[in-house]
Amino acid sequence: MAEPVLAIEGLSKRFGAVIACDDVNLDLREGEIHALIGPNGAGKSTLIKQIAGEIASDAGTVHFAGVDISALDAVARARAGLARTFQVSSLAPEFSALQNVMLAVQSGAGGTFRFLGRALSDPALTEPAMAALSRAGLAERARMTASDLSHGERRQLEIAIALAMRPKAFLLDEPMAGMGPEGSKTLTGFLDGLREEAPILLVEHDMDAVFALADRVSVLVYGKVIATGGIDEIRADPQVREAYLGEEGP
Amino acid sequence: MNRETAINTVLVAGLAAVPLIASAFDDPFIVTLATRIVIFALAGVGLNLALGYGGLVSFGHAAFFGLGGYAAGILASHALNYEPLATWPFEISGTTQMLVIWPIAMVVSAFAALVIGALSLRTSGVYFIMITLAFAQMIFFFAISWPAYGGEDGLSIYVRNQFPGMNTLDPTSFFLLACAILALALLFSSRLSASRFGLALKGARQNDQRLASVGIGPFRVRLTAFVISGMITGLAGALFADLNRFVSPSMLSWQTSGEIMVFVILGGVGRLFGPVAGAALFIILEHSVGPISEHWQFLLGILLLAVVLFARGGVIGVLAGGARHG
Ligand SMILES: Nc1ncnc2c1ncn2[C@@H]1O[C@H](COP(=O)(O)OP(=O)(O)OP(=O)(O)O)[C@@H](O)[C@H]1O
Ligand SMILES: [Mg+2]
Repeated sequence: MAEPVLAIEGLSKRFGAVIACDDVNLDLREGEIHALIGPNGAGKSTLIKQIAGEIASDAGTVHFAGVDISALDAVARARAGLARTFQVSSLAPEFSALQNVMLAVQSGAGGTFRFLGRALSDPALTEPAMAALSRAGLAERARMTASDLSHGERRQLEIAIALAMRPKAFLLDEPMAGMGPEGSKTLTGFLDGLREEAPILLVEHDMDAVFALADRVSVLVYGKVIATGGIDEIRADPQVREAYLGEEGP
Repeated sequence: MNRETAINTVLVAGLAAVPLIASAFDDPFIVTLATRIVIFALAGVGLNLALGYGGLVSFGHAAFFGLGGYAAGILASHALNYEPLATWPFEISGTTQMLVIWPIAMVVSAFAALVIGALSLRTSGVYFIMITLAFAQMIFFFAISWPAYGGEDGLSIYVRNQFPGMNTLDPTSFFLLACAILALALLFSSRLSASRFGLALKGARQNDQRLASVGIGPFRVRLTAFVISGMITGLAGALFADLNRFVSPSMLSWQTSGEIMVFVILGGVGRLFGPVAGAALFIILEHSVGPISEHWQFLLGILLLAVVLFARGGVIGVLAGGARHG
C-alpha cells in the first residue's frame, strides 16, 4: 500500500491537568475521507491545531507528503500543502469574500513582498479566487464584506479559502457546524467529490454527513483514539457505542 | 470621482495655493508654516503605513523622526566644520547635499526600525505601544547625554543643505521640494495599499491567524511594513532638520511620537490623505488658537476625543462618509 499522505505518531498535548491529546496515532491516505468524531471536549480541535502547527505538541511526530514536518510552524505547514478550516470561522472581516480568497491564492503565487503592482485587479489573483468561490457556491457574494456574510456563507468562504490553496490535504474542523440541513446536504455532496483532489481529515458532529462520506472513522474520547475503522466496524464497536454513539442512539 | 478623492483634491489644491496666498498677504511665514504641515504630514504618511494599514500602534515614531533629523544635522555639521566623520579605515566626510543626506537618513531609520520592530513585534496591543515608547525614550536619553552633538542644547545647521539646481534657502523652493517628496510618499503609500504586500499587511491587521493558515507569515509582513514606515518618518525628520536648521532631542521626545500619532488619528487612520488633513488641522489650530489661548491643546484634546469616540475615520472619514475600504 502507498505511504499515507499524513501520518501522525504518538502525538500528545496536555493543558495543565487536562490531557487533550493522548498518544494519538492516525493517518490519512490518498483519496479518502477520514472522519474524526468524538464528544465535546474530546480534543478534536486540539489535534487539528497540532497537525496544522498552531500549537506545539508535547510529544509525537507528524509526517506529511513523506517529510517530517514536526518542527515546522503553521505558516510552513500551510505552504507545504496543509489547508485547514476553523471550527469558528476565522476570516479577515473587513475584506470582501474575494479578497479573503485572494490572500490564499497570493500565498501560492508569491509576490507578498511586491509593493507596487495592483493586486486587487490582478487576474492572476482574482481569477483563481473567483474559481474557488464558485466551487464553494459563493460566486455571487464575491464583493460582499466578509462580516456581512451570513453564518452559512462564512462557512462556505472557509472552504473556498482552503480550495484556493490547492492543498495536498484538507483538515476540516466541523465544516457543517450551523449550516442548516440544506447547506449540510450541499456541502456533503461537494466534499464527496473533493476527496479525489486531496484527502480530507474531517472533524464532524453531523453523523449523517459522517456516515455518508467517511471511508474510515476514528473515535476520539478524552484525547485517546479508542477505535479506527470502516463505518460498519465503528457502528458495531461496543466501546464506541458506550462512549459516544450511545448518547444519541444509532 | 468619489467624495474622498474630492477631499484629497481640495487638500492638494490648498497646498498648491500656499505660495500664492503668501505672496498675496506678503507673509513668507505662511510658507514656513505650510512647510511644517507638509513635513509633519510626511512623518504621518510613514506612521499611517504601520498604524493604518498594519494596525501597529507605534508610540515610538519620534525615534525615526529624530534619527532622520540627527543624520541630517550630524552630516551637515561635519561638512560645515571640515571634520571628517571617520578617518579609519578610510576617510568619510560629512555632506551638505540633500540627495546624499536623505538616503542616509532613511537607511539609519530603517536600521533602527528593523531592530526595534524585530523586538517589539513579538508583542501586541498595550505591550507593543509601551515597548516602542521605551525604545524611543532610550534614544532620546542617549541624544541628551551625548555632548558631541549638542546634547540637551541640540545641534545647529548654519546653512540649509543643498539640492542641485535650487536655492533651498528660498522658503518657496524648499516648500515645493517638501511637497514633491510628500507627493512621492503618498503615491508610494497608495500603491503599497493596493499591492499584494498591502493585501497581506491589512490581512495581518484583521486576522493574523487567518494569514498564517494560508501560508503567509504575519511577522515578516509587519516587520517589513514597520521598516518602510520608519524610513518615511526618518526622511521627514531630515527635512524637518533642514526647515529649522536645527536638530534637538525634542524631535525624539514622546510628545513628538504622540503628535505624529495625532496627525494620523485626527485625519483618519488608514486613509491615504489622513496624515495630510491631520497635520494641517493640527498646525492651523496651533497657530490660530495657540496665540489667543495657551489652552489650544485643550481644544485639540476635545477634537481628538470626538474623533476617537464618534468618527473613527477621522476628519477625512467624516467628510467622505462611509467606511474605509479593505
Ligand atoms: N488553549 C487551551 N488551554 C487550556 N485548555 C484547553 C485549550 N484548548 C483546549 N483545551 C481543553 O482541551 C480539551 C479538548 O478541547 P478541544 O477544543 O480540542 O475539544 P473538541 O473535541 O474540539 O470539542 P468540540 O467538539 O466542542 O469542538 C477540552 O477539555 C478543552 O477545555
Ligand atoms: Mg472542536
